[in-house]
Amino acid sequence: MSSQRLMALGLRFYVVVFFAYLFLPLLVMAAATFNDSRFPTVTPWDGTTLKWFGELAADGGMWQALGNSAIVAVGVLCLAVPIGIATALFLNTVSGRAKPFIYALILSPLLTPGVIIGISTLIFWRQLGVGGGIFLTVLGQSTFIAAYVMLMVTARLQRFDRTMERAALDLGASQWQMFRRILLPYLKPAIYSAAVIAFLQSFENYNTSLFVVGYDTTLTVYIASKVRTGLTPAVNALGLILILVTVVLAVAYEVKRRRETARSVKGV
Amino acid sequence: MLRQLQARFGGPLAMAILGLLGIWLILLVTLPQLQMIDYSFRPNLLPDQRGGPEDGWTLGNYATLLNNEIHRVIFFKTLWSSVLVTLLTLAVSYPLAWYLAKVATPRQAALCILLLIIPFWINEILRTYAWFIILAFRGPLNEVLMMLGLIERPIRFLSGDAGVMVGMVYAYILFMVFPVYNAIESLDDNQVRAARDLGAGTIRTHRRIVIPHAKPGIATGCIMTFMLAAGSYAVPALLGSPGSRWFTQIIYNWFFEGGNWNQGAAYAFLLLVLCIGFMSLVMRFFKVGLGDIAK
Repeated sequence: MSSQRLMALGLRFYVVVFFAYLFLPLLVMAAATFNDSRFPTVTPWDGTTLKWFGELAADGGMWQALGNSAIVAVGVLCLAVPIGIATALFLNTVSGRAKPFIYALILSPLLTPGVIIGISTLIFWRQLGVGGGIFLTVLGQSTFIAAYVMLMVTARLQRFDRTMERAALDLGASQWQMFRRILLPYLKPAIYSAAVIAFLQSFENYNTSLFVVGYDTTLTVYIASKVRTGLTPAVNALGLILILVTVVLAVAYEVKRRRETARSVKGV
Repeated sequence: MLRQLQARFGGPLAMAILGLLGIWLILLVTLPQLQMIDYSFRPNLLPDQRGGPEDGWTLGNYATLLNNEIHRVIFFKTLWSSVLVTLLTLAVSYPLAWYLAKVATPRQAALCILLLIIPFWINEILRTYAWFIILAFRGPLNEVLMMLGLIERPIRFLSGDAGVMVGMVYAYILFMVFPVYNAIESLDDNQVRAARDLGAGTIRTHRRIVIPHAKPGIATGCIMTFMLAAGSYAVPALLGSPGSRWFTQIIYNWFFEGGNWNQGAAYAFLLLVLCIGFMSLVMRFFKVGLGDIAK
């Protein structure tokens, strides 16, 4: 066997091992949900049970945290999506000497550790008399999620044919009508995708939220505190449900995105 | 810039765009950071001492790090461990990125990417928690190793830095795979074929053709991974022990246990400087700009 073929075979083997490494931990966690053991594990197996789902459903703190997470995520959507769209339009329109600086400022939240965004938000708003809670969590998360929205909207905006814009204006449309009837509908798919991503990012955020939630614990903060104190397989039951929801959302999102890419390639 | 916006969108819309951008960049990005830096240079005073004679700028909060040996050791450990996590992650991700971009058929690649996206969207806490179960003293990893006869008694994986680093590589690997994959994918296949035809072996082809082309992707992946590792709170909190604390945990304690926010702000600023320093080093080393990173 030539060394080239050996390399190719080795690579294939590596890919299989890689995916096993990626999924085995999640499977172990899911399996531990059904183990009738006081402590979350798969060894030893003490019998199969569904009781941890019942325990989870009876956990008032979890429901409270879930509600907080949903409120925060909706708040982030309302703030970060408009900011992201406006920023994409801004970058697509202006030129000038200050632009590289502004661009660096726009990207900076993506390159800043989440804990630092949380800390600076907490300190700044305390000066103004606002303490940690849902409001600050929305602000802290939006700080970097807006940048993700901007990147996604920009990607589509760069392919926009500006002659359409000029045609609309030449045919007597006002600038507002052009924005409303031409540009916004064109951006719609990117805006929807960005909204899905923003929602998920917000829902899953831990590092920033940790510092700004105050007493309004969000779901991820709640899970982390459960792992450290009062750990039972009910945490696994919650994890399993979240994983299933995520998988469904991720697959739906990906299928939709591919269908759109296929359509745009065909030029429709 | 206002004129350019006005010319395209008209007055009201231009104002709305600038307004939203201004709220974000000033109220959410710039002012909080400046306030944090200002805070870090001030002493921790009681409310009635504020504005008094002791209220002035000082380097005292930074001197704490120099004088406290435990904190200093943890700071440098966080730095080295994050570099190590970054290198490990790159080493594990590169072959996969290469496979996805150039070896797999389009169908295989599409399936693999979907499989990669799924764990990517699962919470960092849950991904870390999964390793908490695996690495537990009486957990499956110890059971398997004992069954295979490789060890005689279980190992305490969850009491050192090794467990934390394993968890971090797992948690951040996809932030490396995707940028490297995107970069390799844009390489023209003919270049690889030409290198082979001219007699270059696998290693030489990668060293001279693929890696130079993938530089922006590698730089982006390294910057993101380092930033996430150095700024991680969840992984060391879940997989570490008091003996393997991370710098973020010290920061957290200043805020919520020590009650000294000024001190915490100084440490947070040092962490930020560390990340910016690493980023500029990587960007200089790979000769890439900010524009390449945002792709």
